[in-house]
Amino acid sequence: MTGEKTNLAVGASEPTAFLLLGVFKLREKKGMDLAIKCKGITKFFYETNSGGKSKGGFLPWSGRNSKLTAVDSLNLEVNRGEIFGIVGPNGSGKSTLVRLISTLLLPDRGQIEVFGLDVVKQKSQVRKLINRVSVDAAFFKKLSCWENLSYAARLYGVPIKEAKRRATEILQRFGFQEGKITQPMENLSRGMQQMVAIARAFFTSPVLLLLDEPTTGLDPKSKREVQEFILRVRESHDSTVLLTTHDMDEAEKICDRVAIIDRGRIVALDTPKNLKFMVKGESLEDVFMELTGKSWEED
Amino acid sequence: MSPLASELKACYGFVERNFNLVRRYLGWEIVFLVYNIVNALTIGFIGVTQGKEKVLYLVVGAMLWGFLSILFHEVSESVSWERWEGTIEYTFMAPVHRFTHLGGMCIYAIIYGIIRTVVLLLAVALFFNLSLQNANFPAALIILVVSSLSFIGLGLMAAILPLMSPEKGSQATHIFQAVLLLISGVYYEISVLPKWIRPLSAISPATYTLRAMRAALLEGKPLGQMKGTLLVLLVVGLMLIPLGLLVFHLAEIYAKRRGKLKRSG
Ligand SMILES: Nc1ncnc2c1ncn2[C@@H]1O[C@H](COP(=O)(O)OP(=O)(O)OP(=O)(O)O)[C@@H](O)[C@H]1O
Ligand SMILES: [Mg+2]
Repeated sequence: MTGEKTNLAVGASEPTAFLLLGVFKLREKKGMDLAIKCKGITKFFYETNSGGKSKGGFLPWSGRNSKLTAVDSLNLEVNRGEIFGIVGPNGSGKSTLVRLISTLLLPDRGQIEVFGLDVVKQKSQVRKLINRVSVDAAFFKKLSCWENLSYAARLYGVPIKEAKRRATEILQRFGFQEGKITQPMENLSRGMQQMVAIARAFFTSPVLLLLDEPTTGLDPKSKREVQEFILRVRESHDSTVLLTTHDMDEAEKICDRVAIIDRGRIVALDTPKNLKFMVKGESLEDVFMELTGKSWEED
Repeated sequence: MSPLASELKACYGFVERNFNLVRRYLGWEIVFLVYNIVNALTIGFIGVTQGKEKVLYLVVGAMLWGFLSILFHEVSESVSWERWEGTIEYTFMAPVHRFTHLGGMCIYAIIYGIIRTVVLLLAVALFFNLSLQNANFPAALIILVVSSLSFIGLGLMAAILPLMSPEKGSQATHIFQAVLLLISGVYYEISVLPKWIRPLSAISPATYTLRAMRAALLEGKPLGQMKGTLLVLLVVGLMLIPLGLLVFHLAEIYAKRRGKLKRSG
């Protein structure tokens, strides 16, 4: 921010409109170069501790037993074109963060921008730019793979023919058996469902892809296919990828930068190399163990 | 693609998806249809002992209630269904206006309701010799259209319950539907109901729909004589739909604040 100000001041002292214009252009471009910007994001959830008995919960004010901070004053900037990894223990707030960015949750505090657009105030515009793959493949179980994909194509305004072409192309790359495309989703294995979910996200050509554990449940070969595919999409489509994973090797292999998140806060953020250097560890797993995994007593 | 064209395509996407679902759950569709038909027939046969007039009276009740409850049910269950399937988040983050989404659900409900009702009508016509010489069909059609509005509005309002409370919301919707059946005079005049319950009948749009429909089909009353009832239905419908959309919008915000869009809890 201060850097930009001095830039502008220098520009003003040389009173040529041309230079000023250049500076403004530069600033504009700088703004555009951020795919995601989270400023002080906090998200609370209210847990009902009813111990199985369905007590309260129907009325907004009932059953507000305990407050949980899933994401805690989190700041994050992801650059355009980056593959950005988020790792952290179970329940550390990774999926919550992804949901906040994908307009499925409203933050209690703070602001999120996707390519300069506010995810709360400009949600319709943001939705056109993003797509998300969730851990659980979200499909109509009885509908065929293709029926699910064509539903997605209609929602995202992809012409059906084009959708079919792109989806087949992507699925073929994953080694997906062609005959399966007319099978009901429930007949596909979990890994296959996940491939379809990934194809569904990719064929809408989003500029920002939110991948919440995209390779969980895939066999090593499919996993590698997906990882390579993510890398290739970044090269060819000017996409930005935000990826959460529990696979440290994966994070190390494909992410430009990795944030380690614990209890809703970022505890470290850097390139995999620098992170390892920081804790003098051999692998990202060492970094993970060093920085998270605090026991309850230390809290 | 222009914004309107893409919204229309998306709207069609919802209708197409739902008919695909009908096809894939065909077994259940047949079960519901058979149950529906048998239900209408048994009720019709109760009337047989009481004269021709009564059969028509009861059958009209069964068919109209069938249609209206399909509208209400399909619209109100749209959220809980997607939660059950696990697609709720996918649908809610799609770049589609909520109005388009709900519009698609309503259009589907109307088409589906008409198909089911026509099948029911054919089955009923096979079993009973319904005398419809007096019937004023154009009037009946107008009544149907006008009353559909209020049932869609009610459906939209009920659809928010599963957004606010994943489990209990859907339960509440079913109870609401059952109460409507009790109070609206589907198979009997509301005058037989206990006095204390009758004020409820007066606020149910189904009460007016049934009354007007019977007047049109059984007595062949001209529309002119039903102006008052139609006006009530129209005003209620025109109020309930925007109100339903508004309430849905607010419930969606609430759901996103509280994390209720998730598949479970
Ligand atoms: N919709 C919700 N309602 C209530 N609590 C929630 C909701 N979503 C998440 N939580 C809670 O917020 C915390 C963070 O959950 P989140 O799903 O973001 O974790 P995560 O890092 O994705 O975990 P995992 O690695 O297991 O996927 C958890 O304690 C979870 O129980
Ligand atoms: Mg998660």
